[in-house]
Amino acid sequence: MDAIFIQILNGLDKGAAYALIALGLTLVFGTLGIVNFAHGALFMLGAFCAVTFQKLVTISVKVRDEGVTAFVAYKEQPYLETWFGDTGRIIIDYSVPLSILLAIPFMLLVGYVMERGLIKHFYKRPHAEQILVTFGLAIVIQEIIKAYFGANPIPQPAPEILAGSANVGAWVGLGNNLVYPWWRLIYLCFSGLIIFSVFAFLQFTTYGMVVRAGMRDRETVGLLGINIERRFTIVFAIAAVVAGVAGVMYTPILPPDYHLGMDFLVLSFVVVVVGGMGSLGGAVLAGFLLGIVQSFASMNEVKEIFPGIDQIILYLVAVVILLVLPRGLMGRAGVMDD
Amino acid sequence: MTNTKKPLLNDAFVVIIFAAAILAMPIWLDPIGGNYPDLLQKFAIYGIFAIGFNILFGLTGYLSFGHAAFLGVGSYAAVWSFKLLTMNVLPAVVFGVLFAGILAAIIGFLSLRRTGIYFSILTLAFAQMSYNLAYSVLTPITNGETGLQLARSDPRILDSLFSDGSVGAGLPSTDLFGETMSGYPGFYFCAVLLIICFYISLRIFRSPFGLMLKGIKSNQNRMKYTGLNTRPYMLTAFIISGMYAGLAGSLLAVTDPLAGAERMQWTASGEVVLMTILGGAGTLVGPMLGAGLIKYFENIFSSFDDNVLTQAFSFLPDSVVEFVVPVVGLFVGSGWHLTLGLLFMIIVIFLPGGLVEGFRRIVNYFRSGGKTKPQSVEAHNQAGE
Amino acid sequence: MGDLVLHLENINKSFGGLSALSDVNLHVEEGTTHAIIGPNGAGKSTLLNVCIGRLKPDTGAVTFGGEVLTGKQPHEIAQLGVARVFQTPEIFQEMTLIENVMIPALSHRDGAFRLNAAELLSRQGELRDEAEHILEDVGLKDMMRTEAGSLSRGDKRRLELGMCLILRPRLLLLDEPTAGMARHDTNQTIELLKKIKSRGMTKVIIEHDMHVVFSLADKVSVLARGQIIAGGDPQSVREDPKVKEAYLGGAN
Repeated sequence: MDAIFIQILNGLDKGAAYALIALGLTLVFGTLGIVNFAHGALFMLGAFCAVTFQKLVTISVKVRDEGVTAFVAYKEQPYLETWFGDTGRIIIDYSVPLSILLAIPFMLLVGYVMERGLIKHFYKRPHAEQILVTFGLAIVIQEIIKAYFGANPIPQPAPEILAGSANVGAWVGLGNNLVYPWWRLIYLCFSGLIIFSVFAFLQFTTYGMVVRAGMRDRETVGLLGINIERRFTIVFAIAAVVAGVAGVMYTPILPPDYHLGMDFLVLSFVVVVVGGMGSLGGAVLAGFLLGIVQSFASMNEVKEIFPGIDQIILYLVAVVILLVLPRGLMGRAGVMDD
Repeated sequence: MTNTKKPLLNDAFVVIIFAAAILAMPIWLDPIGGNYPDLLQKFAIYGIFAIGFNILFGLTGYLSFGHAAFLGVGSYAAVWSFKLLTMNVLPAVVFGVLFAGILAAIIGFLSLRRTGIYFSILTLAFAQMSYNLAYSVLTPITNGETGLQLARSDPRILDSLFSDGSVGAGLPSTDLFGETMSGYPGFYFCAVLLIICFYISLRIFRSPFGLMLKGIKSNQNRMKYTGLNTRPYMLTAFIISGMYAGLAGSLLAVTDPLAGAERMQWTASGEVVLMTILGGAGTLVGPMLGAGLIKYFENIFSSFDDNVLTQAFSFLPDSVVEFVVPVVGLFVGSGWHLTLGLLFMIIVIFLPGGLVEGFRRIVNYFRSGGKTKPQSVEAHNQAGE
Repeated sequence: MGDLVLHLENINKSFGGLSALSDVNLHVEEGTTHAIIGPNGAGKSTLLNVCIGRLKPDTGAVTFGGEVLTGKQPHEIAQLGVARVFQTPEIFQEMTLIENVMIPALSHRDGAFRLNAAELLSRQGELRDEAEHILEDVGLKDMMRTEAGSLSRGDKRRLELGMCLILRPRLLLLDEPTAGMARHDTNQTIELLKKIKSRGMTKVIIEHDMHVVFSLADKVSVLARGQIIAGGDPQSVREDPKVKEAYLGGAN
């Protein structure tokens, strides 16, 4: 029981990342009809927003180290700390969540530029060409990041207060042995919030209504005199932001490196097709489901029976689902049925 | 196909020119620094890989993102043949092709149940499974991260039958009936296979079978309503294409008897897609051209470092050099992939037909005296060759 | 009259609760031209889709020349000699007209599964002659080297008709062969269809244009709201009060 519970929890945080990336992927696919292989790179860019922000706030100056009295010693002290004292220290401590403030405008801009500059021209081109051009873009983004940040993972600390683990076992009456890192709990809540906001946006705003209508039948909506293209730009930017903030918040869980995006991209695509291309609910459901499945597959008990199952389980699930349910879990008819 | 006037002669001509160009590579690549055996071997091997990929993607339009799996299987099969049977390369090549063909039959049978992006994802999923398994459970076969290598203690049953069993110092090298398969002989071995592969691909393009595949690419529904069961055609194309990849993989092992799982990674699948697109998917020589260009530039560009650059720009004033070198440095050396990505984008954006298409446009432009006009298929075929 | 060649028995088909065809019975005689008319949304295209295996009926069976078509794959049905011209022409856009016509000829014989180009050469001449002949029939011979995608809509339809004719089908299904055509083009198409009528091919035509229907059809069935409401020779259908009410009357 304990083991199952903890595996579900372990699966959820990875699943949350899959769900957030897949949500943006499928949103872009459903509305714009674009298969975006650069979406993983957006997740990675978000993660590097956190890295950049942390670098910015910790730009240091040499100051006299007061702790050493025997001789004149110097130490590096961030400007922020010099200028603002404790406030500065808190900002540095909370650099990961705060970097969302940088990530949102930055990802909006990236999404806007990407859609206007590149994606727009591929609306009417075959999916194969969309895949190829965005794949090229993903390589470009990844290599630029590699050139500036190097090839090694850059660890990002969670705020000190959240660095430990929560005693979740006690909360649900399963004893004191079940601990779960605070930050992962935060990540879960955060992703829940993001998913909820995206759905609320699409469900309750007129803007979202137009977008949903566009997902069903773009031509008709265009005929109504609505400038659907401009809205698509914004949809794309939103998807970029969702991927970006998902990347920011994931950095304390997994230190980002330049091929983080590619690693997640392949899995996210698997998630999207399992959920059903163009289905938002499907993407979220499949994201969490696959996260949990993966977590169970990496239990030692399971690995003893099926060696190597943890390595292939996601792909295996994807293959089976695609062969049995051609449209995925929640895919609509008529989407991508060539 | 529609090239009715003596098409066979034309085709023979194409093959002869192609063969001459390939075999003479050591000569004409010499002035541009492409003449050393390792690189020449890569041209031929990746040419085979891309030509095979083109049989699937170029003719049928099905975009496989999992062809690297066949490349990897070909390599492993070849190295095992070296380890267990003999250092002769022929069995290695045969086993490489055979195993890749079997794997392609299985993956193709399942993946071809879906079309479009679903097909791409299925092939990708199968290839990733192979890759992950090669790294984990299949370590006894693949030797995991270290990669599969030759050892002096390998049984080599056939070799030990015919020799006195004395093992020379160091590892044995691959051979073709006594001729060592490294350096130029290795290249010529690969080149001959490449020419054969090219010829087969040309025959497929010209055959009714090839025409059916083009029909499937153009309008699969219409093909069905004219009474064609498309599934066996697709599967055949997929298997042939997988066998080409297996051959390429086994040749990689022939020229350097080592096989690693990274050959099966999906970025390797992406590379062959890029080669095919760059040259021109669906054209005969395009994939070879793309493979050659990419391997050539990879080799040239990645050898540049800041020192080389500083020398190259030394005619400029120092302050300019300080600015130019880091910027250019982004694109060369270890940054070569950035150039590759950009190239990829530029080709897909501006020239989806690849270099052959660009060449065709130029030819048409001059033929029509500066006016562009709708082109006939004859012009297509000739420019494509 | 000839033998019955196409039977539709009690066909029912609904899409998510919306009934498109209910209890449709249709019998087509060998060698005749059978027109199906009816207002928009009456289920005419659904009916053809059921015939060629694109859709599976919920209940009922389609038999053709004694063979049950229901449950067969589209290519199997095509092999039995059923060809179809679609409302939006299904052609090979980026290929030349002559290739467009030759591909069906090759694929239909299922003898294309060969890699031997030499063997092709000996047959190519014969097939090519046939293809050129067909293109001449549909009036596109002088354009046989152009790409199909650059044709006008009317020409595309004619090309698709040619692609079906080279299959020498026993049954030809035509979905609004003249829709969107100018009067001149329509008349040309009527002439063409009359010409192939003499070859003894059975045809089922869906058509809006009454001019076309009455100049071609031997039999007319009227489909309205998923049901056959009248049938018979053109004259009697024209005078049937039910038809006038459901369709002709409604139009005037």
